[in-house]
Amino acid sequence: MSDELKPDELLDKVDHSPASGSWMDTTVQIRPGIFSYAAKPESLETLSAPNPRQWNPLDDDWKLPENWQEIIHNGIKERLEKFRTFKIFMDVCVRCGACADKCHFFLGTGDPLNMPVLRAELLRSVYRNDFTTAGKILSKIPGGEKLGGGRPMTVEVLKQWWYYFFQCTECRRCSVFCPYGIDTAEITIMGRELLNLLGLNIDWIATPVSNCYQTGNHLGIQPHAFKDMLDFFTEDIEEITGVNVEPQFNVKGADILFITPSGDVFADPGTYTCQGYMILFKYLKDKYDLNVTWSTYASEGGNFGFFTSHETMKRLNAKMYAEAKRLGVKWILGGECGHMWRVINQYMDTMNGPADFLEEPVNPITGTKFENAKSTKMVHITEFTADLIKHGKLELDKSRNSNRVMTFHDSCNPARGMGLLDEPRYCIQNVCDNFFEMPENTIREQTFCCGSGAGLNAGENIELRMAGALPRANAVKYVHDKFGVNTLGTICAIDRAALSTLCEYWVPEVEVYGVHELVGNALILPGEKKRETDLRMEPLPGMEDDDE
Amino acid sequence: MKQKYMLPLTGVFLLFLLAYAGVEGAGMQWFFGIVVPYAAVLAFLAGFVYRVMGWASSAVPFRIPTTCGQQKSLPWIKQNRIDNPDTTAGVFVRMVLEIFLFRSLFRNTKAAFNRNEKNKLTYSWEIFLWLGALAFHYSFLTVLLRHLRFFLNPVPACIKVVEYFDGIIQVGLPIVMLSGFLLLGAALFLLARRIFDEKVSYISLAADYFPLFLIIGIAVTGIFMRYFTKVDILGVKTFTMGLATFHPVIPEGVGGLFYAHIFMVSILFAYIPVSKLMHMGGIFLSPTRNMANNTRMKRHINPWNYDVDIHTYEQYEDHFRDKMIDAGLPVDKKE
Ligand code: HEM
Ligand code: SF4
Ligand code: SF4
Repeated sequence: MSDELKPDELLDKVDHSPASGSWMDTTVQIRPGIFSYAAKPESLETLSAPNPRQWNPLDDDWKLPENWQEIIHNGIKERLEKFRTFKIFMDVCVRCGACADKCHFFLGTGDPLNMPVLRAELLRSVYRNDFTTAGKILSKIPGGEKLGGGRPMTVEVLKQWWYYFFQCTECRRCSVFCPYGIDTAEITIMGRELLNLLGLNIDWIATPVSNCYQTGNHLGIQPHAFKDMLDFFTEDIEEITGVNVEPQFNVKGADILFITPSGDVFADPGTYTCQGYMILFKYLKDKYDLNVTWSTYASEGGNFGFFTSHETMKRLNAKMYAEAKRLGVKWILGGECGHMWRVINQYMDTMNGPADFLEEPVNPITGTKFENAKSTKMVHITEFTADLIKHGKLELDKSRNSNRVMTFHDSCNPARGMGLLDEPRYCIQNVCDNFFEMPENTIREQTFCCGSGAGLNAGENIELRMAGALPRANAVKYVHDKFGVNTLGTICAIDRAALSTLCEYWVPEVEVYGVHELVGNALILPGEKKRETDLRMEPLPGMEDDDE
Repeated sequence: MKQKYMLPLTGVFLLFLLAYAGVEGAGMQWFFGIVVPYAAVLAFLAGFVYRVMGWASSAVPFRIPTTCGQQKSLPWIKQNRIDNPDTTAGVFVRMVLEIFLFRSLFRNTKAAFNRNEKNKLTYSWEIFLWLGALAFHYSFLTVLLRHLRFFLNPVPACIKVVEYFDGIIQVGLPIVMLSGFLLLGAALFLLARRIFDEKVSYISLAADYFPLFLIIGIAVTGIFMRYFTKVDILGVKTFTMGLATFHPVIPEGVGGLFYAHIFMVSILFAYIPVSKLMHMGGIFLSPTRNMANNTRMKRHINPWNYDVDIHTYEQYEDHFRDKMIDAGLPVDKKE
C-alpha cells in the first residue's frame, strides 16, 4: 500500500499548477492512502446516529437513505438559519485566491480541490443552485447553472464532499488570510455535520466518539485500566526520582479537577508528558498542599465530537462540568491538547455552562486571578505553570534538558482559536536553554498543521497525512539544519503522536516532546534522589558515562 | 477555460450594444435613461437590505473569532489587542483595519517549492493582490463620490475636495482625473490575474469575470465621454438632476454612449445584491472577525441551545462499579 511511498516519491508528486479544465467537471477518484475507513455501524449506534450500516467508500453504492437529497437540502437550510458564519461564508467569497496556497494539504498534495476556496466551493456550488435567487433563475436556463457556478446535488457531488471534507484538518490557516475571514474549517464542520446526517462518518472519528461517550475516553479504557496506567507511570517515576508521585482519582472536595486527553495516558511520547503533570502535581502537593484530582469518568479532554457535529461535541463535553460539579472542586485545569482547547475556549461555556457551581479560578499558590477564564473556570496548564514559574514557585534544574535543542510547534487550535502562544514558550524557555523559532511564516497564527488533526490521524490515510505534514516538516528541517534543533516541543496530544510520525518520515533526527515532559525533567521534587535519566529513561546530559 | 470569460465578455458587449442601439436606432432614451436606472436603484436598495437582513436573521450561536495573535492571559504577557481582541474597542480597530486597509489580505504570501537537494518550501510576501484590490476599491469609491456632483445642486464642498485631489496632477484639459484611469488599470490587473494566474484562473467562475468586464466597460465609456467625445455636460446634469428630483427629463444632444454608460451602471447596481459583490456588506457581519475572543471571560449565549442526552456519572458507575471497587477507586454507591 501507500506507506511504501518514500519521501522522495512524495516530493516528486508536489506540483502546484492545477490541470486545465473546470473543477466542476471532475469526478472524484477515491484513492487508498488518502481516505480513512468508513465508520462501523456499532459506533454510530452508541449515540443513535443516523443510518448505521456496513459500507465501503470504494464501493459504488454507499447505502444512502432513500430521501438523502431531501435530508441534505433540509440540513443545509437548517444550518443557514442557525449559523450566521455558514450563511455569510456561502455568500461572500470573491474567489480572490488569497487562501489557495495556505492549506498544507494543497501544498503537500497539489490537488487543486484542496485549495480552501475550492473545498468550500464544493458546498457553495450546491448552495448557489438550491438556495440563491440567481442560482434558481439560472438553473432554469439550459447551461445557465454553469454561469453562476451552481451544481445540483448528486451522488457524485456527495462523494466529493466526503472525500475532501475528510481532507481538511479544520486548522483555520486559510481563515487568517481571507479578507473576509472566511473560515473553511467552519465550512468543513458544516459539511461533516451534513455527511453525518447520512451516516457518512469515518471510523477513526466515530469509534473514539462512541468510546468516549460510554467509557469516558477515546480508547475505551475502563476505569481500573486507566488507574493501572497511571500506577505504572508512578512506578517508573519512582525508579527515576525516588519519589512516589501517586495521583488521586475521583476525589470529592479536591481543589482542582485535572482533565487531559487520554492520548497522554496511552500513547508514547504523550505518556512522558503525563508523567510531567504527575511530577508537577506531586510537587505542588508537597510544597503547597494543593490537591489535584484526576477523573476516570471525565478521563478524556479531547473531543472527537467536534469533528462530527455540534451536538455530539456538546454531548461529550458535558462530562467536564458534570464531573467538576459532582466532585465539588473549585475549578478545572486542562492538559496539553489542541482541539480540546478550542472547544473549551470557544464552545464549552456556551454549550454546557454556566459553571456557576465553580469558583473564579485563582492560583492558590501565587494568588494570581486567571481573569481570562473567569466565566468558563477552566485554566490551561501552560497558563498555570507559566504563572508558577514567573512567581518563582518552582525549583527547576534546566541543565537536565540541556541536551534538548528546542523549537516549538504552535498547534492550530490554541493558535488560531485561542491565541495561546507565549505561555508555552515561556515555560519552555524556563526549563531549557536552547530554543530556536521556526521561520515566521510557519509559526504562531501562521503555523502549519501537523496534517493529522480533526480526526484524520488514521493509519490507512498515511499518504495524505505525510503530504499534509510536508510544510510543517519542511520548517522543522530548516531549523534542524540551521541550528541543530533535535526536539520539537508541542502542547497537543494529537501532535505528540502525529508529529512523531511526521519526524520519523521527514526529519528522523528530531524527537517530539510535550512541554510538561520538559517541566517534569527539570522540576526538583522535594526529597528526590540524584536523577540519572530523564523520563524516557535516557541518560541525562553528563550522565552518559555512568551508563553501564 | 476560455469560455469562462468569453461568455461574460460577450454578455457585457451585448449589453453595451443593446443600450447604444436602443437609443441611437430606436430612440428609447426614456427606457434606458429613466425606467432602467430607477428600477436598478430600487433593486439595489431592496436587494441589499434583504440580503443584510437575511444574514442578520441567522443566529450567532458561538463566539469563534479567528485569533491572529497572543490572547489576553497573565498580566505580564503582552496581548495583541487588535488581532486577538478581548474588548469591543479592539474589535472595532480590527474591523476598521479590515474594511479600510484590507489587513488580512496584506498578510498574503506566495508559496513556492523547489525540488532539489534542499527541497525547500518558501513563502514570500505577496503584496500585489493587496495593492491591486486597494487601488481598485479606492478608485471605485472616488469615482462614485465624484459622480455625486451630477445629483446634487449645489455641489457640496467635500466633493469638490475629492475632485481637487483627484485632479491634482494637472495635465491637459479637461483636467485628468486619476481615479478613472486607476480604476481601469486596477480592474485590468485583477482581470489579468484571473486569466493568467493558474490557480486563480482555475477557481474562477464565469460570474467572477462578469463584474470585472462590466466595470471595465463602465470605466472605458466614462473615459471616452470625458476626454474624447466630450459629452454635453450641461445636458447630462439636467438629466441627472431630473432623476434626482423625480422629475425626469430627456435632454437634447446627449448620445448613445452616455445611455450605454448609464445602462451598464444600472446593471452593476442591480447585480450587486444577487452576487458575490455583497461582500461589501458581509465583511461587517463576519463572525470570525467582528467578535472578541473573550468567551472564557464572558459567557456567550446561543439562542437555540438545547438539552442533549449525556452518559451520566450514575450510568457510568452502574456500569463499572465492581471494577471500580476492585481497583480501589471511590464510588458513590457501594453496592
Ligand atoms: C464597500 C464597497 C465595496 C465594493 C463596491 C466592492 C466591489 C468589489 C468588486 C466589484 C470586486 C470585483 C473584482 C473581481 O471580481 O475581481 C471586488 C473584489 C474584491 N473586493 Fe471588494 N468591494 C467593496 C468592499 C470591499 C471591502 C471592504 C473589502 C475588504 C476586505 C473588499 C475586498 C475585495 C477583494 C479582496 C476583492 C478581490 C479582487 C479579485 O477578485 O481579484 N471589498 N470588490
Ligand atoms: S481568501 Fe476568502 S474570498 Fe478569497 S478565495 Fe479564499 S475564501 Fe474566497
Ligand atoms: S482549515 Fe486548514 S486544512 Fe482546512 S482548508 Fe483551511 S487550511 Fe486547509
